[in-house]
Amino acid sequence: MNLIVASAGVLIGLLVWWLAVSRLTTKSWEAQGTTDGRGTAEMLGVAPERVGLWVLLAVITSFFALFITAYAMRMTPHPVRGISLADWQPLPEPWILWVNTVLLLLGSTFMQVARVGASRGKATLARVGLLAGGAFAFAFLAGQWLAWRQLQAEGYYAAANPANAFFYVLTGLHGLHLLGGLCVWGWTLARMSRDDAIRDGVRLSVELCTVYWHYLLVVWLVLFGLLLIT
Amino acid sequence: MAYVAIADQHAHLHDPQTFLTKYVWSQDHKVIAIQYMVTAVAVGLLALALSVLMRLQLGFPDTFSFITPSNYYQFVTMHGMIMVIYLLTALFLGGFGNYLIPLMCGARDMVFPYLNMVSYWVYLLAVLVLVASFFVPGGPTGAGWTLYPPQAILDGTPGANWGITLMLVSLGIFIVAFTMGGLNYVTTVLQARCRGMTLMRMPLSVWGIFMATILGLLAFPALLVSAVMMTLDNHLGTSFFMPALVSMGEQSGHKGGSPLLFQHLFWFFGHPEVYIVALPAFGIVSDLISTHARRHIFGYRMMVWAIVAIGALSFVVWAHHMYVSGMNPYFGFFFATTTLIIAVPTAIKVYNWVLTLWRGDIHLTVPMLFAIGFVFTFLNGGLTGLFLGNVTVDVPLSDTYFVVAHFHMVMGVSPILVVCGAIYHWYPKMTGRMADETLGRIHFWGTFLGTYAIYLPMHYLGILGVPRRYYALGDTYFIPESVHTMNAGITIAAIVVAVFQLLFLFNLVWSLKHGKAASANPWRATTLEWQTPDTPPKHGNWGPELPVVYRWAYEYGVPGLKEDFVPQNQPPDSLPRTSDRHGHL
Repeated sequence: MNLIVASAGVLIGLLVWWLAVSRLTTKSWEAQGTTDGRGTAEMLGVAPERVGLWVLLAVITSFFALFITAYAMRMTPHPVRGISLADWQPLPEPWILWVNTVLLLLGSTFMQVARVGASRGKATLARVGLLAGGAFAFAFLAGQWLAWRQLQAEGYYAAANPANAFFYVLTGLHGLHLLGGLCVWGWTLARMSRDDAIRDGVRLSVELCTVYWHYLLVVWLVLFGLLLIT
Repeated sequence: MAYVAIADQHAHLHDPQTFLTKYVWSQDHKVIAIQYMVTAVAVGLLALALSVLMRLQLGFPDTFSFITPSNYYQFVTMHGMIMVIYLLTALFLGGFGNYLIPLMCGARDMVFPYLNMVSYWVYLLAVLVLVASFFVPGGPTGAGWTLYPPQAILDGTPGANWGITLMLVSLGIFIVAFTMGGLNYVTTVLQARCRGMTLMRMPLSVWGIFMATILGLLAFPALLVSAVMMTLDNHLGTSFFMPALVSMGEQSGHKGGSPLLFQHLFWFFGHPEVYIVALPAFGIVSDLISTHARRHIFGYRMMVWAIVAIGALSFVVWAHHMYVSGMNPYFGFFFATTTLIIAVPTAIKVYNWVLTLWRGDIHLTVPMLFAIGFVFTFLNGGLTGLFLGNVTVDVPLSDTYFVVAHFHMVMGVSPILVVCGAIYHWYPKMTGRMADETLGRIHFWGTFLGTYAIYLPMHYLGILGVPRRYYALGDTYFIPESVHTMNAGITIAAIVVAVFQLLFLFNLVWSLKHGKAASANPWRATTLEWQTPDTPPKHGNWGPELPVVYRWAYEYGVPGLKEDFVPQNQPPDSLPRTSDRHGHL
């Protein structure tokens, strides 16, 4: 629960800070006339898609933070009348998760290559980076699937223990988010192959995909770390 | 990189050609807003009918054989869930948010029109899945709108199999729809405001909707998390929430789960949800009061800060719903304190509304009646909140009709009064015709007095200790005969109020054809939506030129000017002045 408060606090804190710096103290009833000759997007200098993505990432952060909080609370329930109710039996993490982590890291790296390629107008580099980034993401998902199969084969079923259930839920939801990212990735790839040169829209798409890839890598590292230490 | 202001871009304004793209798969925020409103009101009528059925059972027990205990719990559950989420949240954010944000900010549309359209259709899917649960084996879930495990998924509860599954799936779909809409609202407010529209010049309606959307985006994931885990408990036999228990004489397969964990997650969503509904209402009512009292809103800056403060505080009060849940008692102290602190910004808002009215040129139009009705009702509901926020007072009042009365006053009647006022207020802009005034007045007084006839007596029932959630009270020693009489009276009042809502709907439909033609700015308001070249505004809202904003949204009654209001987009050098100038400006 402390985690809930902390994560909400951080998010709200950021928001308040941002609002505060955007002159929440203006005396709007006194000031007349236009502020300056520009629209708001120009003032912020950020594409709306980028703002949209960051808002989405905040939502997903809230989602995973709450899951992690639930994880922590379920792991160590409050004792009732001095009797511990803990039934948590940690499961051994399959070694393939390490391989998957490397795959996701490579995927992120290649997406970064694509981003750099796109921003410098090097179409081939961008294309290769994007393809490899997506391919490694697919490989990661396949690897996660193998990890599930391995645990099933060893008898670690979801219903048997909360640790198992959380493992499947967290990895599954992370995978779903990556799958959603891969849909956008496919769309970007299709748009990119329509043209030899890199258009502005495609450049932005590649960039946003890259941000999302990095973000999901961070989420995975946090989740994997959590699974390892508990 | 040189960047064209989003609002100036014409690229996303693919003008709709056919009937289907114009009215059905429309990407126009105004059409989507009306689609949201119509859907929300339609499903709200279902919830209204359910509440009448519930009241029939409570007022006249042993009379209606078709209302079984199972039915009763299903009615209660669906009524609550529909009203809170599928009606109020969807109507305020999907409906008014969609309609007002681009118009009030001076944008041509939302920044992601396609996503906006998808948001509506996914919302409709959520509604259909929810309604479908009436037609599955076992019917809808009867777990109460809070869906507490373990009972929500145990066999003794109505709809423990299909019903609860469809409910959770529907909530999941709704959250997806809301996230798509919410990304739009936040990004549009941040990115697509026209020239001169600084954050501190935005009308309070936009502020309220903006903050409520942020709350929703951060809080709904908690509901999604609990829905995912409960679905798995139900269908895969995991034990996230389900403790070891004996159900129907048999040991269930679950063990060790924590029902309390669900309650924490649910209320971490559930309390911000109160403000997801309340903040847009606060914002809209501020604009209604200021416009119809012909006076600038008192303490605009304070109002904005209060909205932000309430939004932030709403994330740290959730466990005041759980004083009797068996959680660590020390939490009670913390959450009672935060709960009482949230009364401070809320009280500031109420003072400011009253001070806006003070020495204003009050026009008792229909929207104004509803706005004033809201201030009264919200104050009443807020005061009983102070009782329930204190642990020691809450414990004996918990699970009685006092709680029912409190939350219906504060988040049932209050926001509905704002919804009605707002519909009367913006109806001329949406349709080009005025809603009928006489019918509107009758609707107001019927609703306002009627809801007090329902909920004021409920406080007394609660203080007597009459428990909520009971299908029938039967012969209970501490419940006197008068309670039954009062229950019958409440039921009659509820039916009357329901009928008045039908009158409201009739007014809306009738005025569409027969209403008086509305001018572009019938309330002589300052905000941008009233300054559009066409009424109702056409696709793209503003014609060839976007508006430019020169001042805040509350320039009413400035001395020395001919008119008692100055639109936000009127250039300062072209203000018509009276010949004998006095005062400043």
